Amino acid sequence: MIFNPEYECMGAAARKQLQLARLKNLAETLYEKVPFYRNKMDELGVKSRDIHTLADIAKLPFTTKDDLRDNYPHGLLACPKDRVVEVHMSSGTTGKPVVDEYSSGDINIWREAMARTLAGGGCTRDDIVQNCYGYGLFTGGPGAHYGAMTIGAEVLPMSSGNTARQLMVMQDFNSTMLTCTPSYALYMAEEAEEAGIDLKKLPLCKGCFGAEPWSENMRREIESRYGMKAYDIYGLTEIIGPGVSFECEAQNGLHINEDLFYPEIIDPETGKVLPSGEKGELVFTTLTKEGTPLIRYRTRDITYFMDEPCSCGRTTIRMHRLFGRTDDMLIIRGVNVFPSQIEHALFEIEGTEPQYLIVVDRGATHLDEVELHVEVKKDLFSDETRGLEALREKIQNVMRSKLQIAVRVKLVEPKTIERSIGKAKRVIDNRKI
Amino acid sequence: MEIQQISVFLENNAGRLGEVTKALAGAGVNLRAISIADTADFGILRLIVNDQEKALAALGGAGFTTRVTSVAAVEIEDKPGSLAEVMELFRKSKVNIEYLYASLEGTAGKAVVIFKLEDHDKGLKLIKENGLSMIESF
Repeated sequence: MIFNPEYECMGAAARKQLQLARLKNLAETLYEKVPFYRNKMDELGVKSRDIHTLADIAKLPFTTKDDLRDNYPHGLLACPKDRVVEVHMSSGTTGKPVVDEYSSGDINIWREAMARTLAGGGCTRDDIVQNCYGYGLFTGGPGAHYGAMTIGAEVLPMSSGNTARQLMVMQDFNSTMLTCTPSYALYMAEEAEEAGIDLKKLPLCKGCFGAEPWSENMRREIESRYGMKAYDIYGLTEIIGPGVSFECEAQNGLHINEDLFYPEIIDPETGKVLPSGEKGELVFTTLTKEGTPLIRYRTRDITYFMDEPCSCGRTTIRMHRLFGRTDDMLIIRGVNVFPSQIEHALFEIEGTEPQYLIVVDRGATHLDEVELHVEVKKDLFSDETRGLEALREKIQNVMRSKLQIAVRVKLVEPKTIERSIGKAKRVIDNRKI
Repeated sequence: MEIQQISVFLENNAGRLGEVTKALAGAGVNLRAISIADTADFGILRLIVNDQEKALAALGGAGFTTRVTSVAAVEIEDKPGSLAEVMELFRKSKVNIEYLYASLEGTAGKAVVIFKLEDHDKGLKLIKENGLSMIESF
């Protein structure tokens, strides 16, 4: 179902015109209202009247995560403080949190964006949405909640955690749609298996999963364990939360709500805009936000645009599912490695759980050493050391051929790798560089 | 009747083996034989117990991964050369031994050796045909 055909199926020329008008307006507002942007634009000698075409966006300055932190908490507010109706922020695990302050207009944008997102995953007013994204300062829970309510579906606002209760509600309230992080979806599936619950027999038949990068193999795993269709959704606190882009029934790239969030792909080294189809860093400009609008925000997420028409009828540009993040990317002995590549390779080996931990260290030789912790499935546990050594060897060989780096595999006991109910932590980098 | 052995997958972490013995102690399970095979990264603990069901439930409850395997428990004279005789028998009949270890079981003057044989059925037949004494339950 397409939630808003007028905007989602718009002709290219009309959409460009709309985006350009919104961009000019945004540049003008930010220059007037936010000293941070005025200074940046003055430094570059650019004014809103210098924007004649969409390509002129390249004249405008980038915004980085550090800029957001430097302006914590209210430095980027573009509307009067009394018009703010809701605040969300990132976890702030690596520094000051990133803040998004929403006006009531922004909440409406979010409702619209998330309604389109969940509709992309098949949500209608007949659905019962079990929302296990965390509620609170995190955008996941409220975002999915707003979207489902806008569609008119029934929402079970579970938040994350308390898996036994999740499974009870799932059965007793006939949830038809699941919203959570993909790693939590898998964790719940494991717990359901343990409790003898056959998820495939439940009415649950679709889910929208996001907030962390995941692989095609992980999708297949979730789909087969639940007997459902699993859709990738994307968003970030800085831009709105979830609702920036989403998969449709074609499951082939994520449609960007580009009338609301203008996307670019740039070379992360040079900052140059890359042509469609080239892989680089994703950048967004919020075209219609009032509270904390951003110009050319560098997401650090790596993807590329897919601009061929989609079978679903939406004309919005699509982004390929994320390849990782510029700051998640591990450089191991000069080779770029994304945790998602390791996950993908692991799924191809029978007998391993999709639970892993990458530990990077610089040993006595001063060379990068990677240790990959992999859980052994119960049915693969061999009574003999050589059976397990063979499994270990096999994983090491697959990793070497897929990643072009030597990885030391450590088999660990099932369920010993910490399960996350939010974003999964997959990498421990102990290198002191 | 055959003797069933319980194998437990263990990461090489301090205290992990202690947790196995603690779980078994808590369930009131008595060990009849114990052996460990280890590599740099992990170990496989092999156990024969007096109450297998109780032991499996206790280990499963404590989060251990287990597997049950059939082994042969042969009772031999506790004197020089008696194990060599059994080994010679297996060698002649080309029954490969994957591993063996000694049991805590045994009456005075006897010893019990646990064999994991590559061809379990062939080995059992051989043991019976040659009149070796086999323990059928602990």
